Amino acid sequence: VFNKIADIIVYDWLSLDAQTHLSQSLHFFIYDSIKIGFLVVFVIFLMGIVNSYFPVDKVREFLNQKKLHGLEHLLASLLGAVTPFCSCSSIPLFIGFLKGGIPLGVTLSFLITSPLVNEIAVILFLGIFGLKVTLVYALAGILVGTFVGYFLSRLQLEDYLEDWVLEQLKQKIAHAKFVDERNFVERLPDIKAEAVDTFKRIIPYIIGGVAIGAFIHGYIPTGYFESYMGRDNIFAVPISTVLAIPMYSNASGVIPVIQSLVAKGIPMGTALSFMMAVIGLSLPEALLLKKVMKLKLILIYFASVAVSIISLGYIFNFIL
Amino acid sequence: LKIKVLGSGCKKCVNLEENVRQALDQLGKTADLEKVEDMIEISNYNVLKTPALVIDEKVVSSGKVNSVEEIKTFLD
Repeated sequence: VFNKIADIIVYDWLSLDAQTHLSQSLHFFIYDSIKIGFLVVFVIFLMGIVNSYFPVDKVREFLNQKKLHGLEHLLASLLGAVTPFCSCSSIPLFIGFLKGGIPLGVTLSFLITSPLVNEIAVILFLGIFGLKVTLVYALAGILVGTFVGYFLSRLQLEDYLEDWVLEQLKQKIAHAKFVDERNFVERLPDIKAEAVDTFKRIIPYIIGGVAIGAFIHGYIPTGYFESYMGRDNIFAVPISTVLAIPMYSNASGVIPVIQSLVAKGIPMGTALSFMMAVIGLSLPEALLLKKVMKLKLILIYFASVAVSIISLGYIFNFIL
Repeated sequence: LKIKVLGSGCKKCVNLEENVRQALDQLGKTADLEKVEDMIEISNYNVLKTPALVIDEKVVSSGKVNSVEEIKTFLD
């Protein structure tokens, strides 16, 4: 259906020649914008419902039970995947988890996975790359969070939190509880307002991502990247991971870009490493974390996330 | 009446502050309205999500932009 709409606009209304770079880019842009737009509207509404019934203080309560049988990193990572993430809340969340008695490593498992795997990323992956790639990606993101969190908890890094955070942790907290007794219909206006807000926040990333994707689709010859970033170049995965660190976007902005990269010959694993590094490792995030962590902890954290993203890239290239 | 809007300066926090102002206007009340952006002070209130709304040192809401109507019910 979306393809037909794009066909009509580009070839009938604008009567462009289907063979030119411009028309191919434009067709991709229109097709992807509409498709991704629809998927995103659907998902953020769904996310709003999940968030309304399963808020983050319940997540904290759950992770704070003492009987998780050593599975706390995996569970934190899974919950991070399910919980909608907003980067502006990540610091209060971080402090709140630690103050609530959740160990640093478990808190980091949650925080690593939360932006990497979320409902928007999963639905876009399903729509663009199909079920197999989606499952592999989601599993990989959850494993990155689980292992890096576990690894960091072995290192006993609590001393490398900023001093004011350590000071905060000495205070006991009085649990503020908000019990929401409204039924579904009463919750709807809030859910809708939240969804509209999220949509406004991510739409610039989507348009930007689709525009870059469209440019690559129309103007860069098939196989262009293969000579630099193809399967034969064993450094392709680390290079694309490191290149991605200064870039900052969210899942909905990167997916249209890697869709085009893969179509032009970049192996899936390399593309996924690039995507995970753009979302999970970024300078703005480092600056945000600087408020709560000393430099050494940030470096260890970034390095271990980067190493696991690179290893996964090689594994993906091998199995996909 | 002392009202604080807690948030690190993202758009949601600005919207919440605006809604608080409107609610106060509509009720004809005046209050000491403060926007708290300092992380240390925010974490003293133990909120997991920002923006959060604090009325007379009591956290009444966290993680959402309350509507003008809802804020009015907090203020009554």
